[in-house]
Amino acid sequence: MSAPILWIVVPFIAGVLILLFLRERTSPLIGGTVATLLAFIALLFPIDTALLLGSVSIKISPSIEFFGRSFALTTADGPLLAIIYGLSALWFFGTEASGTANRFVSLGLMIVALLTASIAVEPFLFAALLLEMAAMLVIPLLVPTYQKPGRGVIRFLIYQTLAMPFILFSGWMLAGVEASPGDINTTLQAGTMLGLGFAFLLGIFPLYNWIPMVTEESPPYVAGFLLWVLPTFTIIFGLGFLDRYTWLRTSPQLSSAIQLAGIFMVASGGVFASLQKHIGRMMGYAAIAETGLFVLAIGLRSTEIVNVTFLLLIPRGLELAVWALALSIIKRKAYSLKFSEVKGFARSYPIATSALILAHLSMAGLPLLAGFPARLALWQELASQSLVLSFWALFGMLGLLIGATRTMAVLVMVEEDKAWELKESWMQMTMLGLGVIGLFLLGMFPQILQPFIKDLPSLFEHLGR
Amino acid sequence: MIIDIISWTAVGVILATSTAMLINLDWRASLGALAVQYIAAFWLVTQHLPFVMGSAKLITGWMVVAALGMTRLSLPSPEDEQEETFWPRGQWFRLILMSIVVLVTFGSTPRIETLIPGLGLPVIAGSLLLIGSGVVHLGVTSNLLRVTLGLLTMLTGFEILYAAVESSILVAGLLSVTSLGLGIVGSYLLIAGSFPHDTEEEL
Repeated sequence: MSAPILWIVVPFIAGVLILLFLRERTSPLIGGTVATLLAFIALLFPIDTALLLGSVSIKISPSIEFFGRSFALTTADGPLLAIIYGLSALWFFGTEASGTANRFVSLGLMIVALLTASIAVEPFLFAALLLEMAAMLVIPLLVPTYQKPGRGVIRFLIYQTLAMPFILFSGWMLAGVEASPGDINTTLQAGTMLGLGFAFLLGIFPLYNWIPMVTEESPPYVAGFLLWVLPTFTIIFGLGFLDRYTWLRTSPQLSSAIQLAGIFMVASGGVFASLQKHIGRMMGYAAIAETGLFVLAIGLRSTEIVNVTFLLLIPRGLELAVWALALSIIKRKAYSLKFSEVKGFARSYPIATSALILAHLSMAGLPLLAGFPARLALWQELASQSLVLSFWALFGMLGLLIGATRTMAVLVMVEEDKAWELKESWMQMTMLGLGVIGLFLLGMFPQILQPFIKDLPSLFEHLGR
Repeated sequence: MIIDIISWTAVGVILATSTAMLINLDWRASLGALAVQYIAAFWLVTQHLPFVMGSAKLITGWMVVAALGMTRLSLPSPEDEQEETFWPRGQWFRLILMSIVVLVTFGSTPRIETLIPGLGLPVIAGSLLLIGSGVVHLGVTSNLLRVTLGLLTMLTGFEILYAAVESSILVAGLLSVTSLGLGIVGSYLLIAGSFPHDTEEEL
């Protein structure tokens, strides 16, 4: 068995089979189990290393050839695959509690498989095509068959499609830059194209306008999944570019430009989040601010660039899962997620509203919650480079904190005589409870992530060294 | 010589079809123009890729046209024939935009040929025309079918140019899958919300 077949082909086929043959009730269980199994295999069986189980020798070979190009997953990819499939399992198990239709699990598995292929494909810049295909698979999830597509989804499709040509062509130009590094014109053109490609792909300021629209128009659970999965792989893809091309890694101008883009996202995301009157849009702006933190992290001129980036990536999956699940539960009752519609919901849905606030506070970087250790590490690195950037990053987080306070005020705003109820189902309470425990665990004992992230820098040859 | 003439004719066809798609609001005419445009694109692609790979792109393009056409045919209301509500708008405005694309294309084609020798002037001109008209299309409409046509046009232009610099079968295949996927996604978005739903789905 080769690693690409195990972590790309198997989940993709599992997704297709679930879509075709399984019922709504069983698909989260089967999809979640498949993802969990893949995560455990990634954790327990090192790729390209022979293991003796009794008299049987097992070895997962690292690559396969496909149409003259190779897909390779090395030993260093193991922890990353475990993280990706582990967090995917979390999303899939939560599907039933969120009330999302069964195709979420099937298409979700296919999306994760395609995105895994994007980190395995050689040459790595072909990943842009796989990212585009994954983005197209998200569309049926974002737009249920009975709903007219909104502007956000259309913009999302346009931006993701525009990104691909820029990245593919910049990759080709970068090869030319490597051959003649002194050619300023080609360097500038390649850099501009690459920047535009990633700006479209990640939704860099001001190209993120589709994010709050999608979180307002589409099912929150799907929107949350999209905001976790695509930026995660895009960031890994971006780190691959930095690792591959020396001049990108060493250019102080590019590093400053990346940091400027990141700080704009953090500050504007925080400010806009604090002004929203729709808790779905607020999640969108919080996700924008957090993507800004990723961008800031990859712009660091430090050896800690990979550690800080992955430290940010893991809690994001958990925070967004908890937040999106809570929003889905509230939306089933309130229909709209405007402040006026969700007023006083804390009395009827105490677990969902508490989980929502805690996930929001975690994204704002509140101590003891999952987002804090990563933000602390980033601030530490940023402060040693620029106090101005640190201030604006803090400013953005303050905006998120204000947004969380406003949401909390609205959710508890109710007449005194209204009785407390517990309207969540046991499944919803279990999933939210586990998510909240995870938020606290990652916040109070961040060292539990160490086994996963300690080997991740070896994914890259030059970064972080 | 004869190949050059055919190539420049293909560029002319691209100019005519992309202008027709931009200014004509009838969806049948637009899809017909897209189908013809794929033939011209096929010729330009085969300047740098083998005939078989070019044929695959042509067939994929026609499949996309068929999918979009059949979907549009099944829809109850003729929404895409309505004029946009924002200003500036109208056929003259679109024609002026297309003229700008033509000027930019013919101004930049020789410069790109100098930067990347060996691509061929018709290949560069054809691809820039398609990319430009696709982007203009995306800028002047919010109609779903037209957005899909704009994206497909832009992508076809890019495919022509990229075929000249990258001849990998995997890339050609993935680009074809992307075009087909765009067609299917466009069809899905056209259908979504067009028919009343009678089952309870997710919120």
